[in-house]
Amino acid sequence: MIAYIVRRLLHGVGIVLGVLGLLFILFFTVTSPEGMATKALGEKAPPEAIAQWVTNHGYDRPLFWNPESWSDTLLVDHYYSMLSFDFGRSDADDRPIMDRIKQGAKPSLYLTVPLFFIGLFLSLSGAMLVAFFRGTFIDKAGLVVSVLAMSIPTMVYIIAGQYILGKVLLWFPISGFDRDPTMVWKFLMLPVIVGMIESLGGGVRFYRTVFLEESNRDYVRTARAKGCGELQLMTHHVLGNAMIPLLTQVVVAIPHLFLGALLTESFFGIPGLGAAMVEAIHGNDFSTLRALVFIGCLLFIVAQIVTDIAYTVVDPRVRLK
Amino acid sequence: MLIQAHVISNYVVAALVVGVLLLGIGILRSRLWRRSLGTLVKRRPIALGIVFLYILIALLDSVSWVGGTHMGSRGSEGADLVSLQEPQSVIDRFFPRDFQEEGYAHPFSSTHFYTDKALRYPGRHILGTDINGRDVFHLSLSGARIALLVGGLTSLIVIPIALFFGICAGYFGGRVDDAVFYILSTLASIPNILLLIVLVQAMGKGTLQVCIALGITSWVGFCRLARGESLKLRELDFVRSARALGASETRIIFRHILPNLMHLVLITFVLLFSGLVLSEATLSFLGIGIDESWGQMVDLARLELARDPVVYWNFFGAFAALFGMILPVNMLGDTLRDILDPRTLSEDS
Amino acid sequence: MTQPLLELKDLETSFPSSAETVSGRASVVEGVTLSIDAGEVLALVGESGCGKSVTALSILRLIPKPGRIERGEILLEGRDLRTLSIPEMRKVRGNQIAMIFQEPMTSLNPVVRVGDQVVEAIRLHEKVSRKAALARTLELFEKVSMPDAKARLRAFPHELSGGLKQRVMIAMALSSHPKLLIADEPTTALDVTVQAQTLELLRDLRQEMDMAVLLITHDLGVVNQLADRVAVMYAGKVVETGTREDVFRQARHPYTKSLLRSMPALAKPQEPLYEIAGSVPVPGEWPAGCRFVTRCEEGDDFCGEEPAPRRRLSHSHACWCHRVEGVQDES
Repeated sequence: MIAYIVRRLLHGVGIVLGVLGLLFILFFTVTSPEGMATKALGEKAPPEAIAQWVTNHGYDRPLFWNPESWSDTLLVDHYYSMLSFDFGRSDADDRPIMDRIKQGAKPSLYLTVPLFFIGLFLSLSGAMLVAFFRGTFIDKAGLVVSVLAMSIPTMVYIIAGQYILGKVLLWFPISGFDRDPTMVWKFLMLPVIVGMIESLGGGVRFYRTVFLEESNRDYVRTARAKGCGELQLMTHHVLGNAMIPLLTQVVVAIPHLFLGALLTESFFGIPGLGAAMVEAIHGNDFSTLRALVFIGCLLFIVAQIVTDIAYTVVDPRVRLK
Repeated sequence: MLIQAHVISNYVVAALVVGVLLLGIGILRSRLWRRSLGTLVKRRPIALGIVFLYILIALLDSVSWVGGTHMGSRGSEGADLVSLQEPQSVIDRFFPRDFQEEGYAHPFSSTHFYTDKALRYPGRHILGTDINGRDVFHLSLSGARIALLVGGLTSLIVIPIALFFGICAGYFGGRVDDAVFYILSTLASIPNILLLIVLVQAMGKGTLQVCIALGITSWVGFCRLARGESLKLRELDFVRSARALGASETRIIFRHILPNLMHLVLITFVLLFSGLVLSEATLSFLGIGIDESWGQMVDLARLELARDPVVYWNFFGAFAALFGMILPVNMLGDTLRDILDPRTLSEDS
Repeated sequence: MTQPLLELKDLETSFPSSAETVSGRASVVEGVTLSIDAGEVLALVGESGCGKSVTALSILRLIPKPGRIERGEILLEGRDLRTLSIPEMRKVRGNQIAMIFQEPMTSLNPVVRVGDQVVEAIRLHEKVSRKAALARTLELFEKVSMPDAKARLRAFPHELSGGLKQRVMIAMALSSHPKLLIADEPTTALDVTVQAQTLELLRDLRQEMDMAVLLITHDLGVVNQLADRVAVMYAGKVVETGTREDVFRQARHPYTKSLLRSMPALAKPQEPLYEIAGSVPVPGEWPAGCRFVTRCEEGDDFCGEEPAPRRRLSHSHACWCHRVEGVQDES
């Protein structure tokens, strides 16, 4: 078991290094430091200002190979600063990026954690319901509604939610945030509801397929043949087996959460990491963007490793090879 | 003399149409495919019709030329609004040349929304006009071209590449597989939306850039699928027996592996298509989408919803056009999966 | 005459079909009438795709949707199972009638320990504590000669061989002393040596527990070892019934005769093996008259026109064939 975890971690390290390499290629070779400077300072910036910007950021050093000192290259610098979480300062307002990340983490979690669990719970229950009534009117209606729901862009959900629940019905404040934990729920209600409705369509449809696929298996027939009721069948037998594809889907949903948070946070004025990223995109703040993307990838890779370990718990057939 | 951009794009459109038709004829020569597609036509005639309508609109909007006439123009009045040198597409020509007001107008209204000034074309803007006075209905129609470009062109590029790497990795295994798998897991470790953002930021805005970024992010999933399937197929009896009979590797791949992946290709294509169009909408919100896409229209329109009295029609127009395309495409994808994916077939006795 | 344990009367089960039929459905089992006495082993024999498994699943009303039982009666000790409510039916399943399946590999829940799966079966029908049920499970495992039974209680299905998995299935089926055990190709997926052991186990257990067995198989060797009576099915219909001796010694239906001739054990060495030409037609494309007519060596044009009538050959032996002389029943 420990050997398995170690091997999985090593694999994860390899992936992290690869991701960093890709980020380097994209940030430093596909777009040049001059390009970044032009974007950050504007098209009309004088060449001296651009040169100054490049020098200030230390981007005037060689990319891959420095004949004088091998470690004094942008590549080494890139790997070193990312891996040591020393992200430097923002291109836009010169504040330390780490501060922004620390500030943003909490509001992001306030939003995504309830959204994630409530959404998962509702998707699973909805999927079980339609799978339970498979082939009937409820199943068909459920499917139609999910396909409808999946055909609407995230943005429209947010806009419609803000408009209907916030502006017309006046149930919740349209946007804003409060760092006081006792007050924050008021601002979180609307984004959580909107996010939930948005994820429901795809969720129900996916889990329904999983449940239906499982209900066609031989062991389900065996369970029926020994007199098992449909409810016990679903909760006891099918759910247990569906956990396996389910886990994968949960991990796949984690970056999707990030995406949801990306749009949701900036629309609802929640000062989380997603909002920080949108700001960085709009302000051409490459340093912040690079740091945030790296953090996002890191979280995702960790989540994948955790899933793989969780598999060994859920599925006895997974051999620790 | 330099050939003008619109002429090149006309040729590209013609070449694409011919290519797709040839591909279609090739597919229809197989009896199995004819039957599956026949079932599709029988089960989802309306969705298919709508999708074809969208494709037709997009194609008509892609063919353009300079000069010629517009329908319903009122003489030369305001003709200077649109330069005569600018190429106009077939769709553009369905509208008057100077189909332009000075600002918002309510659908079917005969005056501007905020002033009482009379419209140039009173009652003719069935979906109203946007902040610049452009006709929302016309803009919504033109969005189909961008959507088809984003969804169709990207997947047409992505699928062959993904298929190539997937089959190579799955079929040959070993080092090839290790390399492809490493690239795949690295790419897959970057959440989709982040990769998209980074790619577009690095390459800069623009239609081609967005398509490339979407292509890079979306090939991973399908490549994995193709890899997994070819891995499975490689071990199946009919492939083994072909190998035992001395068939060459290329022959096995083209005769045995590829045809057995075709149903996945088709399902992926349809589902990828809608996913791409929706992703573009998200990018549009982030300010890095494609100009004049539906996503951008929705993004621009959302600011108007805060106005009082509310300006709803351009939001509605863009959303209806987007939804009207994605829904039938998703339904077709669903039905296709039912028809082609044997896993979902009911058990036989 | 005493009441049989289980009686099927004119059973018909259908599935949706792509074949050109008016209803869009095709009957996979049609007009099947069978009976099993308490303690008796009835073997249901036939090629793949002739409706044996569907008959078995129909008895427990486990036909997967969109299949359904169209008509007929399924009488368990005189009570029609088709009229039972779903909860009532659940009390019959696994309790009075238990079933074991062809694929021991996939018929057990892969993520639940085998002991717990048997415990579940016990506790579904009896109010006993988990502990007591586990003790019973251990007894059952010993009864089915599970080697190292105690440790195996905690095993997962993938840790057991096919033969052992089938033993778990049998233990599960026996857990509530069923009156009837339906065994659907119980040995087909197993190795030959394991097949023999499993058959022996089934034979012993049946005598010990005095239960009736409906044995579904295409293997006439298995039938010869285990069965008291035999029913031969072809294309959704029963074509011949009789005691084992009736069928093996005095088979009358051309299909039964062909089946017997194609048994390798009965063929003479050096002679090419006999085979029945063609294969079972797909449901929905069955001939109008006698269904075997397309492959029959003895049939003539008339056979294709009318369904074959039941001919009684002795008190135990009956056959559905135009060409067989015998007492014709009214049905």
